[in-house]
Amino acid sequence: MSTRLQAKISDGITEVKALITHPMETGARQDVKTGKNIPAHFIEEVKCEYNGKVVMSAIWSVGISANPYTAFKFKGGAIGKKVKLSWKDNKGKAESVEVEIEEGKKK
Amino acid sequence: MNTPRRTFLKSIIAAGGAMAIGARAVMADWPDKAFRADTVEKAIQTLFESPDIKNSKKITIEAPEIAENGAVVPIEVTANLPKVESITIIGEENPKPLIAQFNFAENALGWVKTRIKLAETSNVIAVVKADGKLYKARRLVKVTIGGCGG
Repeated sequence: MSTRLQAKISDGITEVKALITHPMETGARQDVKTGKNIPAHFIEEVKCEYNGKVVMSAIWSVGISANPYTAFKFKGGAIGKKVKLSWKDNKGKAESVEVEIEEGKKK
Repeated sequence: MNTPRRTFLKSIIAAGGAMAIGARAVMADWPDKAFRADTVEKAIQTLFESPDIKNSKKITIEAPEIAENGAVVPIEVTANLPKVESITIIGEENPKPLIAQFNFAENALGWVKTRIKLAETSNVIAVVKADGKLYKARRLVKVTIGGCGG
């Protein structure tokens, strides 16, 4: 699993984009070779922090596509300050990634 | 339309929630019951405990008119309402309609983008909680199964 994170600020608003490598397996598929059921494996919770505070938290289900992409925005943020994204899945796996906010395109 | 493919795609999404409950460790804040609900009404009732949800034109849902691959449907929800607390995404005809809920701090905008699975041509419903009140909007997305690659 890996997480790619980007945060850009423009006109006082920071846009965070995340792309997570994760199967988001529904638990209803069978392995083509063995015929065995592939157990559900999906991200349940996602959290984004800025300046030590949670700006966004989400609960997900198998209804989110595999290799999930998500984006959201918050007011504030500053170039060089860090945004942290963490997630945990139903098998107890978790990952946390931090990036510095960069300057976005001016409109 | 190719019925076996439709059934196949439906089965990919079906029962995932029920099987997942057994597979994972119990987490107090993951709303099992809401994610297991098999109708939109049950999901909304379980999650919000409030029947009073007004339709709002201030919520826009952007999605492809026709999604080639129901497993990856990009959507963007914008809630032009003050004090947005959460955006909940529901796939009306999914076996387990409740897909996700995004919760926002005071400084976060009422805006979210993600990619969802849709079992078939159906409405994507967004329920927005803003300033303690609930609002909703829907958008029809046509789903063809062409992208299955099988």
